[in-house]
Amino acid sequence: MSSSSAGAPLLDLDLVQATLDAAMSTGAEWAEVFAEDRQAGGATFDEGRVEELSSSRDRGVGIRATVGSLTGFAHTSDLSPEGLAAAARMAAAGARNGTGGPVADLSGSAAASPRVEVLPSSVPKAVKVDLLKAADAAARGVDGAISQVTVRYSEGRRRILVATTDGVLAADDQIRTLFSVNCVAAGDQGLQTGRETVGYTVGFELFDQFDVEELASRAAGRAVTKLRARPAPSGEQPVVIRRGGGGVLFHEACGHGLEADLVGKGASVFKDRVGQLVASPLVTLVDDGAMGVEWGAIAIDDEGHPTQRNVLIEDGVLTDYMWDHLRSREAGRAPSGNGRRQSYAHLPMVRMTNTFVTNGDTDPDDIVADTPHGVYVAQLGGGQVNTATGDFVFGMTEAYLIENGRITEPLREGNLIGNGPEVLLNIDVIGNDFEMGSPGTCGKDGQGVPVGDGQPTLRVTALTVGGTAG
Amino acid sequence: MTVELVDLVGGIVGRAQPGEDIEVYAARGSSTTVRAYGGRVESLRSGASQGIGIRVLVGGRQGFASAGSLDPDVVDETLAEARENVTFAEADPHQGLAEPDGVSPPGLDLSDRSVLGLSEDDRVAIAIDLERRCLAADPRITGVRTSAWSDGWGEAALASTRGISVYSEGGSCSVGVQPLAVEGGETQIGYGGDAARRPDELDLDRVVSEAVEGATGLLGAVKPSSERVVVVLEPSVAAAFLGVVAGSLTGDRVVKGRSPFADRLGDEIAAGCLTLVDDPTDPRSLGADNHDGEGLAARRNVLIDGGRLDHFLHNSYTARRAGGRSTGSAVRGARSTPSVGVHAMTIAPGVRTREQLFAEVGDGIFVRGVNGLHSGVNPVSGDFSVGAYGHRIRGGSLAEPFREATIASTVQRMLLDIIEVGGDFEFLPGGTGMASLVVADIALSGT
Repeated sequence: MSSSSAGAPLLDLDLVQATLDAAMSTGAEWAEVFAEDRQAGGATFDEGRVEELSSSRDRGVGIRATVGSLTGFAHTSDLSPEGLAAAARMAAAGARNGTGGPVADLSGSAAASPRVEVLPSSVPKAVKVDLLKAADAAARGVDGAISQVTVRYSEGRRRILVATTDGVLAADDQIRTLFSVNCVAAGDQGLQTGRETVGYTVGFELFDQFDVEELASRAAGRAVTKLRARPAPSGEQPVVIRRGGGGVLFHEACGHGLEADLVGKGASVFKDRVGQLVASPLVTLVDDGAMGVEWGAIAIDDEGHPTQRNVLIEDGVLTDYMWDHLRSREAGRAPSGNGRRQSYAHLPMVRMTNTFVTNGDTDPDDIVADTPHGVYVAQLGGGQVNTATGDFVFGMTEAYLIENGRITEPLREGNLIGNGPEVLLNIDVIGNDFEMGSPGTCGKDGQGVPVGDGQPTLRVTALTVGGTAG
Repeated sequence: MTVELVDLVGGIVGRAQPGEDIEVYAARGSSTTVRAYGGRVESLRSGASQGIGIRVLVGGRQGFASAGSLDPDVVDETLAEARENVTFAEADPHQGLAEPDGVSPPGLDLSDRSVLGLSEDDRVAIAIDLERRCLAADPRITGVRTSAWSDGWGEAALASTRGISVYSEGGSCSVGVQPLAVEGGETQIGYGGDAARRPDELDLDRVVSEAVEGATGLLGAVKPSSERVVVVLEPSVAAAFLGVVAGSLTGDRVVKGRSPFADRLGDEIAAGCLTLVDDPTDPRSLGADNHDGEGLAARRNVLIDGGRLDHFLHNSYTARRAGGRSTGSAVRGARSTPSVGVHAMTIAPGVRTREQLFAEVGDGIFVRGVNGLHSGVNPVSGDFSVGAYGHRIRGGSLAEPFREATIASTVQRMLLDIIEVGGDFEFLPGGTGMASLVVADIALSGT
């Protein structure tokens, strides 16, 4: 099945118009209706058997009304005209006593088509279960030390509709498919874990491109390798990060600090730095919500604005922040397609989409060969940043020692810690082997949204490795 | 409303076919959040939410479906989905619903209705006041990133074909504030927060002082040198560490061989000064409850008794696999099947004040906060490495602040390296009853 034709709008347009009118009834200057219908399904294979299949369904509407910088917001899962009117009045009550504003007539398309080849929901559950079994068998076949394997499949479809009083009317049909394998290996020194995940903004055709058995073998191999890992060193070290393994570094080191809401409140070290050199001249950093089928790809953001390629740092110079509706309106500029929210029950804010560093021109093998001593990080886990100071941490889930220009012993897990502005300046070589990394979920103020990240192999001259070895 | 929700779940359970077990959990509630900025309301958010989760079991096979609506058509679709999901699961002889076990619930009254009496003005006033008080507390506080008030009220009902039927309702409220301290081109951010069942139980003075001191105290902080040190973990940090430990003592990890303590029951896994209990029957904890996530009575469980591993926590499924009884430790929401978790972790406090602990330590570090717990701690292997900030302890008292460092060890070693539990016991906003911990021989990584 190829792209089907656009389905019916999530809400009748007359009802949307009436809801906007109600939201503006007590003096609001601007209002927005965000409708969402989300279906998700998943299957878990654990301990050699199908443990659970689950399904979920959510639909609801969030209504925003603003007066100046004040926002009233209400959400409801009651989509009847009465339910929407009540929520609109509640949003209006939070933004009353303004001077009012015009309500544009809505026109345009309020329906969207899925941009996938095979709708996951159209595939029989038995086919999905077979994928889980195949991955489990492949992982267990890697080594007798593999003691536990957990395989997960998940699919999600999120249809949204956004309408505003200034005439925005847009819809999107977002489909994501994800497959992950987690392995535990048991050895003399205890247990170790290995994980692999693939996820894209695609349908079931994901499995035409990725072999789940190969994925499972990699996860198992990672756990087994770590059985002979030794404690990571402690203190500052040169760190080489493999292509695709460390985009989260940039997500944490500077991505969050380039979100206009944090900048506007003085909670970012990058405030007032546009036009200045903030990174090594080798670094060009981009956030691109329109990037193909990557995990953070969306046609429109959750405020109805088309996503686009935003260059944040070019040749080391800070060129722009990321923006949502409120912040761009305050600044008198166009939004950048970065207004996102976890669900209809949440207020949107500035969020990243797919954040990555573009290619340099060095052969990645030369980067390792040129590093006498240090740490080679093949895969990073999650991270966290204090945007006010720029201090960030992120976990190494697969790392090795570099000795005399060669990758040698595997290292146990640990965190790396650094300071964003310093690390950006301390990148001294970038490879020509760009790759996007694993799908991620970015958390901010309690809201999670899917994001992607990527980078070519690169070296940071000094990062603090949080190990225990002297 | 009470009757409706209980009737709703009971009605679905009544649709069970011969040979089929059904458990239904349904919840609904409303919440309001006010954020203040620059002396004014920035946003006022309110809404109602609903959720339902249905488990269907046939011959040891389980299917689950959930939805964010209690509308009859959605409920029907959810039941049908759960039934379809059963057909693809594989049988597990231990799988099944909780059986009533005759244990009486503690009979706590947790349904204080005071949050229902709040007006919009009350909420706004607190959010604005919190921001104002942070700004007034110290000239170096130049702004507040967020000052927020939240409250909510909710009810939940659970019923099953095994004769379980429980209902609960209750409210809670919370505040959070993040002031920014600026000095000489350096900015530090602090955080203070509290949560309670009643608005008058929130300690706003303490929220402000913690937030302001958290921001200003770190001004001038530098990266420390790498060395092995004695650390004093403040209660919130101790709670984060012991939360990882308690997670490793939960049934799913244990029976599936994903815990470093899986075969250590009865062993001395920690220093003798550590006693760790999960006690949801203590009403002082925000985690207190009458029932667990499967409708069994909540009960007090001793996890570590004077250093000895005393009990694991179990729900019905993991208890059956381990050959024991549920400890009433199922946790769940409407959107997931019951897992096993800690409800209200509590430590047995020591006797000395924090100042006395510093004096005893002499030279070391006082850790006020950690980050990267989700990325740097592996609960399966026990590897522990987190970002840390706080103060040096020199000559027995607090000295200069440090930041951009990590502390590392393994969970197994840290438990044995605990030297002392402080007497500074408190209930943290999440409901954990905790005190400071002194731990020896931690690797501090900096320059």
